[in-house]
Amino acid sequence: MKILVPIKRVIDYNVKARVKPDQTGVDLANVKMSMNPFCEIAVEEAIRMKEKGLAEEVVAVSIGPAQAQETIRTALAMGADRGIHVTTDQTVEPLAVAKLLKAVVEAESPQLVILGKQAIDDDANATGQMLAALLGWPQATFASKVEKDGEALAVTREVDGGLQTVKVNLPAIVTTDLRLNEPRYASLPNIMKAKRKPIDAKTPEDFGVDIAPRLETVKVTEPPKRKGGIKVESVADLVAKLKNEAGVL
Amino acid sequence: MTVLVVAEHDNAHLNDATRAVVTAAKKIGGDVHVLVAGKGAKAAADEAAKIDGVAKVLLAESDALEHKLAEAMESVILSVADGYDALLAPATTSGKNYMPRVAAKLDVMQVSDVTAIEAPDTFVRPIYAGNALQTVKSSDARKVLTVRPTTFEKAGDGGSASVETIDAPDASAHSEFVSQELSKSDRPELAQAKIVISGGRGLGSGENFALLEKVADKLGAAVGASRAAVDAGFVPNDYQVGQTGKVVAPELYIAVGISGAIQHLAGMKDSKVIVAINKDEEAPIFQVADYGLVADLFKAVPELEEELGKAGY
Repeated sequence: MKILVPIKRVIDYNVKARVKPDQTGVDLANVKMSMNPFCEIAVEEAIRMKEKGLAEEVVAVSIGPAQAQETIRTALAMGADRGIHVTTDQTVEPLAVAKLLKAVVEAESPQLVILGKQAIDDDANATGQMLAALLGWPQATFASKVEKDGEALAVTREVDGGLQTVKVNLPAIVTTDLRLNEPRYASLPNIMKAKRKPIDAKTPEDFGVDIAPRLETVKVTEPPKRKGGIKVESVADLVAKLKNEAGVL
Repeated sequence: MTVLVVAEHDNAHLNDATRAVVTAAKKIGGDVHVLVAGKGAKAAADEAAKIDGVAKVLLAESDALEHKLAEAMESVILSVADGYDALLAPATTSGKNYMPRVAAKLDVMQVSDVTAIEAPDTFVRPIYAGNALQTVKSSDARKVLTVRPTTFEKAGDGGSASVETIDAPDASAHSEFVSQELSKSDRPELAQAKIVISGGRGLGSGENFALLEKVADKLGAAVGASRAAVDAGFVPNDYQVGQTGKVVAPELYIAVGISGAIQHLAGMKDSKVIVAINKDEEAPIFQVADYGLVADLFKAVPELEEELGKAGY
C-alpha cells in the first residue's frame, strides 16, 4: 500500500502569533516556522505503518512557497520516501488544497491519505474531510488509534465526551489527533540521507486547479485583552469574592 | 433567505449547542429550519420544534445516522441543501466531522468555528488558537459555517414549529460504526460545563487529581488539565484544555498548579471568571486571572473544598 501524507509549513507552535498593526494578518517575518504539529503526527503514523510492513511507500506532499520544501525535507528525514511540492506563493484555502490533493491522489493512487486534523495557523479543520468528500472516500477524523482490519482500517476517534471507533474500507482518509503517537526526531544520518531523496516540483496550473480564494480577509485583529485581576489572601477570601463580587458561585 | 441548522443531539435529547447555533442563524436572518438526523430521534426533533424562532424541523432517521457517520450526514444534508442560503452546524467534533464534506460537495469554502456574525456574508473567527481574530467575507453564493457554541446565547423555548419527516439516503457501504466509549462520569462534559477546574504539572501525579475531583463534585464542575499534565501522563488527553486540546469558555475556570503557557491560555482565556492557584507568584497565569491566590495547592485545594462545604455546596 502507498500512503500519501499532506503536510503544511506553519508558525512554530511555541511562537506567539502577533497581529500586524495594519490589521492585514499575522506577522510572519523573521518568525520561526515548522511543520504543523498534527502533520508531524501524520508523518510518524505513516512511517510506523511502513515499518510494520503495512505500507511500501510514504509520499509527503506540501502546497506552499519555496520554503515548504524544508518541511518536505523534514518529513523525508523522519522516513518518508519521496516528496511532492506544489509551489505557490498565494494563500491557498482548504477547499483549494483539497482540490489540489485530489489531483495528486489521482496521479499517485495511494490507498490511504493521512493528514493532520487541522493546521495551527488557520485552524480550519476542513482539508481532510473536504478531500474525502471530493474523492467520495470514507473518512476517520481525529484519530487516536489506527489498526489494520483485513482490507479495512479500524480507527479510534477522539470525540466530545470520549472515544468512537469506526471501520473504514480502503482507500480512505485519516486525520490525526494528538494522542495518536509521539513523532520521532530525525537523526543526523537520516537528515543527510533525506537531502538525496527526490522531491517533484509541481504547480497548481499543472493540475488545472483554480485556487482563487473564496474568503476575503476584511481584517485581522487582536482579541480583547483580559484586564489584570487581583490577588486574594486566603481561600475563604476567594470563595467570598466568587460568591459576592463575581456572582459565579 | 432560509437558514438550515444541523442539530447536535443524542437522539433522546437536543444538545444545547443546537440552541446556540439557532441564535447564530437568526443573526444571519430569514427563516430558520433545523435538521435532526439520527435514529429514534423524534424526541430531539420535538425539542427543536419548541425553540423560539425555529420555523420548521426536518427529521431524518436511519441506522447510519444513529451515530452521525460523516458520509451519511453528508448525504442527508446534501439532499435538502438546495433549499437553503446558509447551512450551519455546531463546531463540535461531530459538526467538524461532517460539515466540511458538505461544503466541498457544494463547492463552498466553509467558514469554520464562527464566533460572531457581522453580516449575512461576513463572519468573525479565531485563528492561531484564538491569538488573533479574523473577519472574513465569503464570496460563495451559499454559506457553510460551523459555529462555536460557547460564544452565542442559547435560544430559549417559545416556538411551535412543525416536524416534517424526510427520507434518509442509503448509507455508504464504505464506513461503519463499531463502538463508542464515552467517559463514564457524572461530571459534565468539559466543553459544556459552567465551571471547570483544571490541574497542571504542579499536581505532581495523576492520583493528586483526586483533590480537584472532590472540588469538582461539589461544584458540578468538569475536570481539565494543561498539556504539561497530559504529557506527564497524569491524565488522559481528553482532559486537555488548550490550543491543541479543547477550547472552553465556562462561567468559572479554576486553574490549579498551571503556569499559564500560551498553549493553555489559548484554550481558556474566554472564560468569564478565571481563578488561579499557584505557589509561584510570577506565573503568567496570574496575568489573565481575575482572582489569584499564591499558595501551595496541596493546602489550598482541600481548604477550598472545605470552604465550599461551608458555603452550602
